[in-house]
Amino acid sequence: MDEIRILTPNGSIGSGFSEELFEEGMKRNPHAIAVDAGSTDPGPYFLGKGRSISNKMMIKRDLEILLLARDKNNIPLLVGSACGPGTKSTLEWTINIVKEIAKEENLHFKLATITGDIDKEFLKNAVKQGKVRTFESDKALTVEEVDRATNIVAQMGVEPFMEALKSKPDVIIAGRAYDPAMMAALPIMNGFDEALAEHMGKILECGSMAAEPSSGFEPILGTIRKGYFLVEPMNPKSKCTPKSVADHSLYEECNPIKAGLPGGTLDLSQTVFEQTGRMTKVSGTKFVKDTYTVKVEGAAKVGYRTVFIAGVRDPIMISQIDYLIDGVTENTKAFFHDVAEDFQILLHVYGKNGVLGKVEYIKDAKIFELGLIGEVVAKTQELASTICGYLSHLSMHFDYPGCKATAGNLAMLYSPENIDAGEVFEFNIYHLLEVDSPTALFPISFEEI
Amino acid sequence: MVKPVNIVDIATIIRSKNAKPFLFTMDIFFDNLGHYEKAVNSGVINKKLIAKMYHLEDENKAEIYNFAQAWAIKITIPRAVASGGIGDTDIYGAQQHAPLYSIKIPI
Repeated sequence: MDEIRILTPNGSIGSGFSEELFEEGMKRNPHAIAVDAGSTDPGPYFLGKGRSISNKMMIKRDLEILLLARDKNNIPLLVGSACGPGTKSTLEWTINIVKEIAKEENLHFKLATITGDIDKEFLKNAVKQGKVRTFESDKALTVEEVDRATNIVAQMGVEPFMEALKSKPDVIIAGRAYDPAMMAALPIMNGFDEALAEHMGKILECGSMAAEPSSGFEPILGTIRKGYFLVEPMNPKSKCTPKSVADHSLYEECNPIKAGLPGGTLDLSQTVFEQTGRMTKVSGTKFVKDTYTVKVEGAAKVGYRTVFIAGVRDPIMISQIDYLIDGVTENTKAFFHDVAEDFQILLHVYGKNGVLGKVEYIKDAKIFELGLIGEVVAKTQELASTICGYLSHLSMHFDYPGCKATAGNLAMLYSPENIDAGEVFEFNIYHLLEVDSPTALFPISFEEI
Repeated sequence: MVKPVNIVDIATIIRSKNAKPFLFTMDIFFDNLGHYEKAVNSGVINKKLIAKMYHLEDENKAEIYNFAQAWAIKITIPRAVASGGIGDTDIYGAQQHAPLYSIKIPI
């Protein structure tokens, strides 16, 4: 085989893409459609809860186009991190949607499912054996933290996809996966350079983000050959330039030159980007092999949240906002002192330092309006709701020096003013796990649909 | 004559984003290779400046990378609170670059 063409519809299924541009991509006769379906970007809630990031209607819309196109051209469809955190629950949710589409459209195919959930006992043993490495979180993993997590997944590399592809499935739906793995698996299986395949995957997995103009919602085609690969946006008005593709190397990466991935590091220090028509040709990327590790992600529940949203327009109160915040916080803590360990109060002042907090560097701006968000996180929803109710009422009527507006301090935005926001999670596992086999943690099953 | 120029006048992109849940990463793309090289050679963007700007206790926690192929400087720092943890105010880390606008580069 001289080349392998991989078509990626967008940066993540469920976010939508142009059907017309995707058709352009299908006209190039790709050898596979590969797409990512998840992320940790929207925060820990989705992993903690085991819930999809996107809504069913959007996922179904995107998947339906992909399943019909794959059927027509008889090529494999590879979906990773389905759908969101890539837990067993979201994987099953996705497969139910796949089956629903198959029934409605009368489609028949061989489905491979790869799970990426990590057993707690297994991980605890790995912690004890010193097989878990700390990296970006700066905190070593303990068995207690493993127990606290509600869901734990590991990012599979290309190997489980390659293993599944050996049985020639038509559709692969996988749990948590390293984003480029779905795009890189088929090229590597067919003998193409691993470094180039992984690098191509890294560019494709964001859709046409690496194009100019940039769009994560538009399809992109990757063509890998001996010694190089080409990337081409399917929007005829866009192009991939050496600059736009090089720029993309920085996106969401901590280091633009060296990127860690399952099994080693991708080294871009010698990478050459060249223009070829609307495409960019990429060569020179190296893969430095290391002990095989997979990234393990876990989230733990920390409580329940209730919030209120209000505006402040009174100039005297604006000048006394710090006094009010300190006052209502202390008063509320004192009132609920018997459950002091069970809740936290946070007050966010937009217009002052709501986004940057202590990092805010503009201290002397003229402020005429502030947004105030009160937040209580407590052990139960009832407690959060109760304390937030007290806090919002107190904030409304709290006396401050020079106060002239004695009828109320806040322009409440909603009725009810206190909004229960549900469970709160935190990422409590984000570590590297040394594994003997790149496939052992990721069981594959097959089903005829 | 060398004079300090606001970074926003010689940068095409200044942005921030999560580099996964525990890091913020910030990119400054310059409008040409010359301005990129002047910015790099000036040494203005250094660990000490970033540590002060982002209230980092240890300046070695700030990583700075020069990437000539993209005429870009990348800055990566640890988050004070992991994405979505209690007290986090920027889940995607998309607005953490604002302090960088105050940088001036001698051109």
